Parts: sequence; structure tokens; C-alpha cells
Amino acid sequence: MSAPSTFRFCARLVRRQLVLAVRRPLEIGNPLLFFAMVVALFPLGLGPAPDQLARFAPGILWIIALLANLLSSDAVFRSDFDDGSLEQLLLAPQPLYAAALSYIFAHWLITGVLLALVSPLFAGMLGLPGNAMLTLALSLLLGSGVLSLIGGIGASLTVGLKRGGMLISLLILPFYMPVLIFGSAAVQAAVTGADAGPYLAILGAMLSLAIALAPLAIAAGLRISVDA
Amino acid sequence: MWSFFHKLGSPPWLYGISGSILRWLVPITLIALAVGICWGLLYTSPDFRQGNSYRIIYIHVPAAVVALAGYYVMAIAGAVSLIWRMKMADIAMKSCAPIGAALTFVALVTGSIWGKPTWGTWWVWDARVTSMLILLFLYLGVVALYEAFDNKAAASKACAVLSLVGTVNIPIIYKSVDWWYSLHQPATIKFTDESTIDPSMFYPLLLMIVAFYGLFTCALLMNMRVEILARESRTKWVRKLVGG
Amino acid sequence: MYFDSVSAAIDMAGHGGYVWSAYFISLLVIAYLLVLPGLRQRSLKRQIAGELRREAHAAALHSSEDPAVTSPGEN
Repeated sequence: MSAPSTFRFCARLVRRQLVLAVRRPLEIGNPLLFFAMVVALFPLGLGPAPDQLARFAPGILWIIALLANLLSSDAVFRSDFDDGSLEQLLLAPQPLYAAALSYIFAHWLITGVLLALVSPLFAGMLGLPGNAMLTLALSLLLGSGVLSLIGGIGASLTVGLKRGGMLISLLILPFYMPVLIFGSAAVQAAVTGADAGPYLAILGAMLSLAIALAPLAIAAGLRISVDA
Repeated sequence: MWSFFHKLGSPPWLYGISGSILRWLVPITLIALAVGICWGLLYTSPDFRQGNSYRIIYIHVPAAVVALAGYYVMAIAGAVSLIWRMKMADIAMKSCAPIGAALTFVALVTGSIWGKPTWGTWWVWDARVTSMLILLFLYLGVVALYEAFDNKAAASKACAVLSLVGTVNIPIIYKSVDWWYSLHQPATIKFTDESTIDPSMFYPLLLMIVAFYGLFTCALLMNMRVEILARESRTKWVRKLVGG
Repeated sequence: MYFDSVSAAIDMAGHGGYVWSAYFISLLVIAYLLVLPGLRQRSLKRQIAGELRREAHAAALHSSEDPAVTSPGEN
């Protein structure tokens, strides 16, 4: 039996990750639940005045999405590291770059895409104007890809550590900041009626750069963590 | 060239040479710092708009400049240690992080103290202040990651990867923070023009920048020597050095 | 010297508190950067020297006791 081509290999990895996720629906639901709960915290903390909430809604929604992504990224490689399948992955003839990218792609599908899809619901609860909903979903779709890739770097570096949870946020939150700036700016622009296209384009550029470079860092990080 | 490179990878050689460098670099740095501080504090005339509070510039700007340069030193050392597996580069990288964090801290604190008389508040979310704060987080991330690993060889490799990721990201972070600030710029804060700096203020500033580079180098070499001793404590040359 | 007197230099037309505290904090950090590695190096050297001494001591005990312990057995 010959080794499958890189593309087929990646497709199988993505399928495996998705199947694993579907078998544990709670883990898919957790980020969404977290998103919903934190949305509920803001009116309690800031007061229920609708105009005030609507003014902060773009920033609030983006920060919550970012935190939801951050919390879920810790687990990307964790179980595979624990049961040893990560070592198998390092020994595979296919490039680790492609494998890392497929792990992140699967992670993005079950967190970023889902969050982007349900975000208009929560945006409505915070009183975000209807014309900004599409921009919000689009910016989350693009931005969460970058977040997943950067989160993957942090996850690969800390996967071998017993207490990686708090550390990973310290490592990668600084790298999340540009995404937050442009993501919330895109939504803000849509709220005020300006053209959100340039911001989405910058998010797309960040995503392209992250796709090109982040898997390299993830691959290096996985090798270090497995060797240690 | 290559023989120099090989020598650089040898702990006893580096330990010896750094000792003889420090013997003259530390006094020179201390003298430069003392002269620069006295010059800036006592012998320059005050800025016509900010008065005497501008004298903080002589520590604020050098600390900020060297803190930023230190991150690049750390990233280059990290790259060398990843590519050529050089133990000494690894030690250099590890030693950069706390020094850089301390200098970033100095830049932030002095900036904040300077901000009180100039802007009327201790802290503003200005582009450069925010960028420096993020730089501090980046440094602390490297320190925390290094401390979290039990296996120090793996720790330095992981930190090298992290600092390289940071190097790619720093320009992006800086540009986006700049842009973010220009979008939200509050009208109440006016910045003085900095392009016109009088030579009488510039020379002490230059001296202080050089002195801070010297300070960074001294602290780096001293930290590296401790780390070399700690890692090589079982080897013959260290035992001879300590025992003899 | 720009200032006329020591008190003028300390006061700096009202900004003295800010300027001097900024310099004081910076000097503290500079001192910390330069002194700490020296202290750590000294304690490390002492620790290694202690290890060496203990090893030398153990080796000396070993070599002096060895014949006394082993010779009766051999006879």
C-alpha cells in the first residue's frame, strides 16, 4: 500500500478532526455557549441602555469572538499529543506544513465559521444595526481564520506543558491585536454607513500571510513539543 | 570567518572573551550614563513649550529605542540557534528577554511620568504607548514560555520560534496600532513637533542612546556568563575556573 | 550648569518631582540589570565550588579508607 498523496492525506485529516468533533457535540457547542454567555454579561456590566450597547457592539462582539477562539485553540493538538498520534503525524511522509494547515482548517470550521454564522443573532441582541450584520459575519469569517492560525502556533508551543491554558493566552493575545483592530473597524465602518471593503481586504491580506507562514511555525512548534 | 563562528560556539572561549570585554565596557558604559544624565539633567536649557519635564526624554527615548532593538537581537539569536543549533545563540536569546522587558518597563514608566505634566494624565492610549505596552507583553510571553518548560533545551527552541513569530508580527502590530490611533485620535491631546530638535538637546540624547546600547550589551554578556556557568557546571573548564 | 542653585535644580520650576522620580526609577532598574547577574554569578560559583569540595572530600575518604576496608577481606 503506497502512501496517499498530500491532498488526500489532508482531506482525511480534516475529516478525522470533524468526525471527532461531531462525536463530542459539547466541544463544538462550548465556544458558542461561551459567546452567548459573555454577550449576556455586557448589558449587566454596562447597563441595558440600547443606544450605549449598540455603540460598543462591534468591539464587544469582536472581543468575545476572539476570546472564544482563544479558549478553544488550546485543545487543537492536546488530545493527539496525549494519545501519541501527534508523533505518528511527525513521522508521516507528507509535509508537516500541510498536516498543520489541515488541523487548523478543521478548527476554523468548527469554531470560526460557526461563530460567524451565529454572530448576527447575538449582534441583534446587542442592538447592532441590521446593515452591519453581513459585514460582521464576513469579518469574523476572515478574521477567525487568522485567529485560528495564530492560536495554533501558541497551541503547538504549549501542547507539551501541563499547565498551558493560561500561558497560551499570554503568548498569542498580542498577535491577535491587529485582527481585532481591523475586524472591529470593519463592523464600525458598516455601522456608520462607510465602505467596509478596505478593512475586509486587509483582513484577507492578513489571512493570506498567516496561511503562508503560520503552518511553518506550527510545524516547528510541534517538533519541539514532541521532542521535549 | 568560519573559525570565528566556531569559536563563538565554544563556551570557554565566549566566557573568557566576554569577561575581558566587560572589564572595559562596564566602566565606559557607567561613565557615559553618568555624563549623559548630568548633561541632560543639569546642563541643557529647558524646552520652550514643555519646560523642564522634557528632560525625561534622555532616558525615555534611549530605553524605548534599545528595548525595540533588543527584540530584534533576540529574534536573530533565536534564528541562529534554530538554524545552526548553536548553544551560545540560544543562551543569548534567553538572556535578552528579561533585559528587554526591563527596558520596555522603563520606557513605559518614564513615558507615563512625562505624560502627567505634558498631557495632564498618567496614561493615554496613544499609538506609541500602546505599541510599547504590546512589546512588553511580547517580552513577558517569551520569559513565561521559557520558565514553563522543564527541559531548557526545548524551552529555548520554543522561545526562538516565538520570537521569530513576534518579529514578523511587530511591523504589522505597529502599523495597525498607528492606523487605529489615527482613526480614533482624541482632539484634546496635541503633540509637539519632534522633527525640530535643537543640537544642544540632540547630543546628550545621542550619548544616552549609545550608553543604553552599552548597558544592554553589558547586561546581556553578564547574564550570558551566568547562564554559561550554570549549563556547563559539570565540565572540566568550569571546575578548573572555580577551583583554581 | 543651567540652574542657578541646587534647590532650583531639585525644583525644576515645578517639574522636579516628575523628572527626578523618572530618573530615580530608571536608575533603580539599571542597577538591577547590572548588579543581579553579578550576584547570581557569585552564588553559582560558590555552589559549584562547594560541590567540588564535597566531591574532593568524598574521594579523599574513599582512597584513605579503601585499603583498610579491602585488605582484610583479601587476606
